[in-house]
Amino acid sequence: MKLLALAATLLTGALLLYGTADFPAWGDPQSPASTHVSAGYIETAVQETHTPNLVAAVLGDYRAYDTMFELVVIYCAGIGVVGVLRRVRE
Amino acid sequence: MKRLQEQARSGNLGEDLIIRTAVRIMVPFIQLFSLYVLAHGHYSPGGGFQGGVLLGASFLLMALAFDLKSSKELFPPKVIMASSNVGVLIFAGIGVVCALLGGYFMDYAAFAKVIPLAVPDWRSLGILLVEVGVQIGVACIMLVLYWELSSAGTLEEGL
Repeated sequence: MKLLALAATLLTGALLLYGTADFPAWGDPQSPASTHVSAGYIETAVQETHTPNLVAAVLGDYRAYDTMFELVVIYCAGIGVVGVLRRVRE
Repeated sequence: MKRLQEQARSGNLGEDLIIRTAVRIMVPFIQLFSLYVLAHGHYSPGGGFQGGVLLGASFLLMALAFDLKSSKELFPPKVIMASSNVGVLIFAGIGVVCALLGGYFMDYAAFAKVIPLAVPDWRSLGILLVEVGVQIGVACIMLVLYWELSSAGTLEEGL
């Protein structure tokens, strides 16, 4: 059983590594993300959000959905720890 | 000297006067700095997650320097659990209110229909409102995680 788990892990890892071969090179200016997404944020974020810090604008506005579920992940971690560990009734 | 030895043996290093006084002085500044990190997130690196961790760490420092009981008296576990819910609800609630006002989910520009402010100003303000929710949620969860893990779930005696 342990050998099976090891084989499954290695196979998944190899597939993931194989998949990264198709990614654009790191920092490639011709990659799809760099040609319109990043440029769009840099050009319009300050006028659209009046927030000089582009990171805050992307995190809190353009990708607010992502940030919300980041908070939910932390919340679920806390609830999980309370549910598993707590031994007192209030 | 004898008392110090007894304290060291019983593991109550937090009873030490130097530690208690230093923590008493440091905690308000850490909390003020956490609010600064939250409020200044629009202009410099910062925001709800970082500010929340700082705020939670200040409470955690108090729980370390004193004991878990005094920390629990300051913040009853029920209140902490309720406010971590409130933190998440503020974030999700703002998104839902935006949707109810006729915009997209999390489209802060929808608030401009209720309170007349320029749309970019509402987007800036919306980020701040949401970060307040993040701050409350992260700070409370940090404290709860410390309580649970340090006392193995009994909430009686910490580290």
